[in-house]
Amino acid sequence: MGIEVRNIKKNFGDFVALKDVNLKVNDGELVALLGPSGSGKTTLLRIIAGLEYADSGSVLIDGNEANSMHVKERNVGFVFQHYALFKHMTVFDNVAFGLRVRPKHVRPPVSEITDRVMALLKLVHLDKFYDRYPSQLSGGQRQRVALARSLAVEPKLLLLDEPFGALDAKVRKELRRWLRRLHDDMHITSIFVTHDQEEAMEVSDRVVVMNHGRIEQVGTPEEVYHHPTNGFVYDFLGNYNEFIGWKDENGDVHLAEDDLWESKTPEAAPISTPRTNWLSRYPELIGALRKVVPGLPLPGDTTVSSRPVSKTTRAQMRAVLAERGIPVRVFARPHEMFVTKTPDDAHEYIPVEVIHINPAGALAKIEMQRKNGLILQAEIPKTIIDSLVIRRGEQVFVRPKNIRVFE
Amino acid sequence: MIFSKNPSPITESLWIQALLMFLGLGFMAILVVLPLASVFAEAFRQGWVAYRDALAHPQAIYAIKLTLLVAAIAVPLNVAFGLAASWAIAKFEFAGKRLLITFIDLPFSVSPVISGLIYVLLFGAGSQFGQWLSDNDIEIVFAVPGLVIATIFVTFPFVARELIPLMEEQGTEEEEAAIMLGAGGLRTFISVTLPNIKWGLFYGVLLCNARAMGEFGAVSVVSGHIRGKTNTVPLHVEILYNEYNFVAAFAVASILTILALVTLLLKSLIEFKFAAEIRAKKK
Repeated sequence: MGIEVRNIKKNFGDFVALKDVNLKVNDGELVALLGPSGSGKTTLLRIIAGLEYADSGSVLIDGNEANSMHVKERNVGFVFQHYALFKHMTVFDNVAFGLRVRPKHVRPPVSEITDRVMALLKLVHLDKFYDRYPSQLSGGQRQRVALARSLAVEPKLLLLDEPFGALDAKVRKELRRWLRRLHDDMHITSIFVTHDQEEAMEVSDRVVVMNHGRIEQVGTPEEVYHHPTNGFVYDFLGNYNEFIGWKDENGDVHLAEDDLWESKTPEAAPISTPRTNWLSRYPELIGALRKVVPGLPLPGDTTVSSRPVSKTTRAQMRAVLAERGIPVRVFARPHEMFVTKTPDDAHEYIPVEVIHINPAGALAKIEMQRKNGLILQAEIPKTIIDSLVIRRGEQVFVRPKNIRVFE
Repeated sequence: MIFSKNPSPITESLWIQALLMFLGLGFMAILVVLPLASVFAEAFRQGWVAYRDALAHPQAIYAIKLTLLVAAIAVPLNVAFGLAASWAIAKFEFAGKRLLITFIDLPFSVSPVISGLIYVLLFGAGSQFGQWLSDNDIEIVFAVPGLVIATIFVTFPFVARELIPLMEEQGTEEEEAAIMLGAGGLRTFISVTLPNIKWGLFYGVLLCNARAMGEFGAVSVVSGHIRGKTNTVPLHVEILYNEYNFVAAFAVASILTILALVTLLLKSLIEFKFAAEIRAKKK
């Protein structure tokens, strides 16, 4: 069953849960809605299920407007984070519930209900527990019962709201793979909500990254991880180091940090210069800015003008920056950091002090402190660490060898 | 073992333990057990025959029947109201929700005499509405309908107060799950909501019933004390007592006492059973 969400908007009082969301889920796809809490992912799922109503916009199920369709008619299976099993019913009765509540003319005969429920329980490896009550099962078992229960009504669409969120790490991983296999066997269009990027990457065909009620990016796990369209997606999909950068006319990106290592004698910078102002490294730009925006306080100024920067001067400044090059944010994942004890002149290095090494695992995790107090993280193959002989407290030099740039 | 011989840091000394226990049990004995026992002692002072005769008196029988009738109307109505109100409060968001919760508590904070008086003023001959009622030959005050209305007012918080916290704690997920599986509203209520609240509901009904049968203040004001017409059991006890007919008064009072003891017993049984279920649910 194909799902299309068009221009969905939803507010809860003053809180904007969804602003103008559009999404298409193809028949048979397994899609993850990924985002931090409050990003609107659960709200979107509940609107598709019919448990919540959108303020405006529409949900199309197989091309048909679903707004006026009752939950019952949507033929949707829903799995809740906290299972929502019927506590006073046995496992068998829980799974059979959806079949038993059907109106008489579409209700299967008792023997068929029994067969189907037992087949489903076998599928989730719980056929031996059919007469247990939910309280007698572990979390992972309960969630499998919940899955079997939602599958019993043969839904055309399966919605899962943080299905593994309440489980411990090991069970979560197991169930995740199991869900993927199940989907590969049954091909039910499925949408699941998660805040765990690893889970989204591992299980889904496509990932929908959400933030503040908006969709930031839709793509395969590979696409969103390696080609994030903006800083938020990059940030959300893993650890990272951030630098201030500078894109020149040729499109080359340079680091514009104030604590860069320089092999030559460093030019004498005035002591009064604020350390954090990266503009101080670009005297020619300061000159240009001073011409366009005479009142702008700049590094090296001896008298600080109290004139506030008005809107026009900001616009002018942006024009100058665009002419000379563009300030950018530079990101690199911990495993994309290059660490050495002997820096070369061809690259821009940042001198750092090693403050922590965690050598457990194939990748050693290193935490390093910059001169300005900021922390950098690096992940380096154990073998390289061993050959470098890096110890805590030592000074080393790092540079990002693979960067992502967002303006 | 009653006294702990190896005091842990949070255990008081033996002396303090004994004192606290003595105070607790002593107060109970003087204020609760003794009066209860004296009810039965007084009732049987002139022997079993006098006791039986007091209860077999037509007015006593009428009072018992009337009390049962009032409770039989008031309790189901309050169950319906309590279920509706707690369902609305626990499962939906709506304007005026806080106000509704406050109003449910009102009968607890208003003196029963005042609530009785309100109905006398509202339905009595002095008001326009009361005038209209008497013109149309509808009797409310000083008649059975008045007793029922006053009893409903006084007892309506019991069921709702019992269910609201329970239903709020349980949330709406199970109901949502049932609806997603294709169940209708009524089916969801009967096979999902009701089983989850049954003990709380039973407990609420029990308390509501005990109060409905034992209510004195509000009922006393609206009844007008007409013998053989508006006399419920508590009012009958008062009348007998005021006539110095102590044996009969205590005999009838013993019925209310037995009702109280049975309620207490059932409540304890439910709490015992309920606790076991709660433990199972939280596991």
